[in-house]
Amino acid sequence: MTDATLPTPSGPLTTADGRPLKAALAASLAVRRRRALMLVAPLFLFILISFIVPIGQMLFKSIYNDGFSKNAPALVQWFDEHPKGSEIDESAYAALRSDLILMREQKTAGEAGTRINYDISGTRSLFTGAARKAEKLEPPYKEAFIALDKDWGNPNVWRALRSAANPFTIDFYLAANDMTRDETGAITAVPKDQQVYKKLMGRTLMLSIEITALCLLLGFPIAHLLATLPMRKAMLLMIFVLLPFWTSLLVRTTSWMVLLQSQGVLNDVFVWLGVIGEDGRIQMIYNEMGTIIAMTHILLPFTILPLYSVMKTIPPSYVRAARSLGATSWTAFRRVYLPQTLPGVGAGGLLVFILAMGYYITPALVGGADGQMISNMIAFHMQKSLNWSLAAALAAQLLVVVLIFFWIYDKLVGIDKMKLG
Amino acid sequence: MKKLLVLSTALVATGFAAQAQELNVVSWGGAYTVSQVEAYHKPFTEMTGIKINSIDADNPAAPVKAQAEAGNVSIDLADVELSDAIKMCDEGLLAEIDPSILPPAPDGTPATEDFVPGAIQDCAVANIVWATVIAYDKTKVGDTPPTTVGDFFDTAKYPGKRGLLKSAKRTMELALYADGVAPEEIYDVLGTDEGVKRALAKLDTIKGDIVWWEAGAQPPQLLADGEVVMTNGYNGRFFAAEVAEGKPFGTVWDGSYMDYDLWVIPKDAPHKEDAMKFLAFSTDTQRLADQAKWISYGPARKSSNALVGLYQDGKTEMAPYMPTNPANMMSPIWTDPTFWADHDTELNEKFNAWLAS
Repeated sequence: MTDATLPTPSGPLTTADGRPLKAALAASLAVRRRRALMLVAPLFLFILISFIVPIGQMLFKSIYNDGFSKNAPALVQWFDEHPKGSEIDESAYAALRSDLILMREQKTAGEAGTRINYDISGTRSLFTGAARKAEKLEPPYKEAFIALDKDWGNPNVWRALRSAANPFTIDFYLAANDMTRDETGAITAVPKDQQVYKKLMGRTLMLSIEITALCLLLGFPIAHLLATLPMRKAMLLMIFVLLPFWTSLLVRTTSWMVLLQSQGVLNDVFVWLGVIGEDGRIQMIYNEMGTIIAMTHILLPFTILPLYSVMKTIPPSYVRAARSLGATSWTAFRRVYLPQTLPGVGAGGLLVFILAMGYYITPALVGGADGQMISNMIAFHMQKSLNWSLAAALAAQLLVVVLIFFWIYDKLVGIDKMKLG
Repeated sequence: MKKLLVLSTALVATGFAAQAQELNVVSWGGAYTVSQVEAYHKPFTEMTGIKINSIDADNPAAPVKAQAEAGNVSIDLADVELSDAIKMCDEGLLAEIDPSILPPAPDGTPATEDFVPGAIQDCAVANIVWATVIAYDKTKVGDTPPTTVGDFFDTAKYPGKRGLLKSAKRTMELALYADGVAPEEIYDVLGTDEGVKRALAKLDTIKGDIVWWEAGAQPPQLLADGEVVMTNGYNGRFFAAEVAEGKPFGTVWDGSYMDYDLWVIPKDAPHKEDAMKFLAFSTDTQRLADQAKWISYGPARKSSNALVGLYQDGKTEMAPYMPTNPANMMSPIWTDPTFWADHDTELNEKFNAWLAS
């Protein structure tokens, strides 16, 4: 044995093969980090491809709609060359004609018209109709177009054309807030009988808050029971909580329909008991009440489970200690027990609130007219009216509202205190 | 390893081969899809060996648009409503269809004359004519069953809840018709602010008694549950409940709302040629008549009517249930696709605002 392999105290520490220890350590750490990254890479890629990219693309549609601009090159150029406020002269109508002929060839008049129709109702057929006849029009085009349809002389239509010539627009956000533009391009409210989104957003918020409060109120005692009952009984109770949780959402919603409808089980029982008469059957579904009942039931496990996991960790000795020090049971609950459950209350409440804000199937099935939420409008524009830009704007706004509540929660409670189980 | 490679290549190759012999067809689901599978898909596969994947959608126009938007079209054929067919054709999403590929009627009448007016469009060919009608529960309406749309709005004469489609289209037309507007004037009236107010005011008279539905399967269910005494809905669905399931339903044909369902082929459909072949095959006289054996929707060809006989149970005469039966066409409201393409957004906003108020 010699001292040759030992490092000299004065020089830098090296490994057995003579490399500086610091570098070797860094290298081995980097390898480990890479390996860790490889492990999360599939999940990361999955989230990126299946979640972030499509959502990003969808949200992008809320500010970008090239339905008109890509199909009307001549008009886009005309608007570029003539600043806002220029007179709509013969050259503009000539550009319009050449674009309409192009649209006719490429079958895109509908697409361009649809974009303008989002702004001014009734203008879609203006395009499809004019595209059919554009080729036969004789100069002067201005008179010819106005003779075809007087709307071609409407300054508001030209305002909409100019605005749609730029594919980037905030118009869909205006529409999502019950606003539109007038002839001069100034932002105004849409007529009262057409305002719907702000009201629905408000109702969505109110309903979500009510449902969250109900879930917490109902879930708290159950979670407490679960956490304090002896094992065997707690397991049984847990199964009662989890069974509906594992059952399909649609099955649970339709079961509520069977139970609550006016010829349903509950009403039949009331009539049989004589609580209400045959004519006095209570309308408990296809209205706001139906939405609240069904959604509270469906979302209840999302409050119970985090609450339970938090309550399970609270030693019963704390409350006993409080009691032995003279606190009444109410004081002991309020000052000792409740504060310790707050991370669970926060987590469960936030979870339910966020889920409730975006709920769609249940309100669609049991909500009737006054139990509808903003997500039903988003679905409507995705599936029926096919106005995806407006759907994207509404969805983006919903996302922002949820994020605001998330931020408020973080400020008040702190996100690091949240405990999901 | 090599073996594995060979095997997987073989699998992929057969996969491609199989793909070339397939058609992806999107339709509305339920009894309607069954009728198409029985009358069109099965005989077509038998004849050509081309397999047909039947796909269900709430509204087949939505996936067609979605796929075109995403640039990845896998649908070969879709069954859509008239307004969507015209809209998507205008937007350049659909392949144009040459009417000369459609076979003539057995007596030699060319297809263009054999089809009912409006059934052949630039990019679409109708297979059925269907109606949105009012149905009632015979056990709940006393001895004098309702016969008019006016009865639907008369909650004093026929107390009880009403089911209505939660959509501006169809509901507003129905309200105006009930308010005394002639069917051919409905869209002129509805195009004005006063007309919209008038329709909503008429709906206001029964607003508290309406149960709103959205999916076609809901109205027969609401009626069967006793949740409503009358509801509007798709005539084929009521037929299925009444004849196949023996429910005590009756139909009010007054003010029936007529629409087509049409085949469309996306512009970038992967098997366009086979899709065209299928389209021509499925809209011939015999196939359209065969479909009526399964569901009570009217064939889009005049020559098919004579061949429509009994329901598949072998004893129910189909004619009384057909929306195209002259006895049932008392005062039909024909859909106006151009009107709805133009006013869809505005009227639905007004309708939804009215609903939420």
